[in-house]
Amino acid sequence: MARVWKFSDSINTDDILPGKYAPFMVGADVFHKYAFHHFRPEFALEVQPGDLLVGGKNWGLGSSREYAPKALKRLEIGGIIAKSFARIHYRNLLNLGIPAFDSLEIPDLLEDGEIVTYDRDAGIITRSSGEVLRLPPPPEFLREALKAGSILEYYKQFQKFPGE
Amino acid sequence: MAEKILSRRGSKTVYAGDLAVVEVDNVMIVDSIAESVIEILETELKAVPKYPERVSIVIDHVAPASSVNVAKSHQVSRRFAAETGVRLFDVGRGICHQVLIEERLAFPGAIVLGSDSHSTTYGAVAAFGTGMGATDIALAAASGKTWLRVPESVKVTLEGELPDGVSAKDIALEMIRVLTADGATYMSVEIHAGDKFSRGERMTLANLCVEAGAKAGMVVPGGEILTMYDVPDWVYPDPDAIYARAITIDLSHLTPRMSVPSYVDNVAEVSSLRGIRVDQVFIGTCTNGRLEDLQIAAAILKGRKVAAHTRLLVIPASSEVLEAAMQDGTLLTIIQAGGTLSTPGCGPCMGRHQGVLAPGEVCVSTSNRNFIGRMGDKDAKIYLASPAVAAATAIMGEIALPSDVPYA
Repeated sequence: MARVWKFSDSINTDDILPGKYAPFMVGADVFHKYAFHHFRPEFALEVQPGDLLVGGKNWGLGSSREYAPKALKRLEIGGIIAKSFARIHYRNLLNLGIPAFDSLEIPDLLEDGEIVTYDRDAGIITRSSGEVLRLPPPPEFLREALKAGSILEYYKQFQKFPGE
Repeated sequence: MAEKILSRRGSKTVYAGDLAVVEVDNVMIVDSIAESVIEILETELKAVPKYPERVSIVIDHVAPASSVNVAKSHQVSRRFAAETGVRLFDVGRGICHQVLIEERLAFPGAIVLGSDSHSTTYGAVAAFGTGMGATDIALAAASGKTWLRVPESVKVTLEGELPDGVSAKDIALEMIRVLTADGATYMSVEIHAGDKFSRGERMTLANLCVEAGAKAGMVVPGGEILTMYDVPDWVYPDPDAIYARAITIDLSHLTPRMSVPSYVDNVAEVSSLRGIRVDQVFIGTCTNGRLEDLQIAAAILKGRKVAAHTRLLVIPASSEVLEAAMQDGTLLTIIQAGGTLSTPGCGPCMGRHQGVLAPGEVCVSTSNRNFIGRMGDKDAKIYLASPAVAAATAIMGEIALPSDVPYA
């Protein structure tokens, strides 16, 4: 079971993890406890492994700080579905192996606090009504890398970049 | 320009939409990210930088250290630099982007990756500069290369002459207003400005391209860039280059602008915001902390005093800027007006030290982001403006135009 945490358009990296709570400021062991600290202080306390984050357009704009998505990884979120992603943040998600799905429709369908079943490998969300939502597959050029888990794992295995 | 530089530095000619693996001329790492990059290199990749001379660590985001945790992370960077021979620019040298351009580690045709989103700044000198996170940066340091999707380009043509009191910052904010915060996502913004604008003004323009989501922000070389650098012919865009979008900004009708809380593309005319009481004014950062920015502020502050209820913080972008501003009297003017100084670096831009905001406070800043909580408490408000508007605001104690300031 996964809870849906729904957010608005333009969630920036300062929303996800404010700069003053970076690992080198507060400690690499606790920084993730400040995820969405300004925005939704209950998030880091209540989020459960496998929960889904749902956003609008331009999710992750702003800073290149990889520790923002890393905080979400530390909290073991199941994935992020948004209408669009900012590019540096999208790369960071790929590098950390956090599933990121672009969909214009699904974010509008899901509701905050909703409990769904999420099959990460099949890319399927099942709502309590029985309605099945199919998540779009990642772009082709990334599939090879994602099979390895992340770009980092791909590079460790093959000592080259996807497509090189 | 992006296609041409990425083609030159990869193994084949590439076009927008292609994936390219390219050689990297410099990998820039800031202090707030360095410990993660070093950890990925040492524990995940079990690698050292392939070309140490192409890797730079800059201690700028919290410099000097504000706590034991930060001091320990700086210590890791210093240890790593000593062991591997990468360049280290330590406390006080300045903000990463300013330093790499002053040191000529970013130059026309170069590919520079930075662990900071404002790495688009390198486009001011016709380098392909782009920001990435810790893992990408570690991979680039280990391999000497990176992978990219070749971006489409958005052409921004700047026409006409800028009126007095209007600056590159106002142009950049207008550009972001038109493009919006995701209008150039995955794209390269290519600014055509002829021979206008100094290197510093071009840095302001390129720096802010990331606030429209851009992967890179390139200014076509011209003016003083041509006397400062050898610009290879292959850097220039082809006359028949294809653009995803083209916009023109008429400079002759431009007025001073501000980004209003809490998004950079929420842009308004300063004249519509007059009278908002301001607690802190911050002049500095990679966007507007250069000598010319401080000189513009000093010209307005000369012989006047900062309002009693307002704090004016000034942070030169680098040690070179600090030295030049000391020598020409700019800093004396600022101090006599009631401003104060901190160590060259990022200062309070991301709310970590040297001027963090309290709940309910209002700050006018020459920086580049006004997100909720960016400079301190989540209930503080940040307005982004040019150095001229910031200086006028400091004197008046409320948002003001330079023309609002009474004669000294």
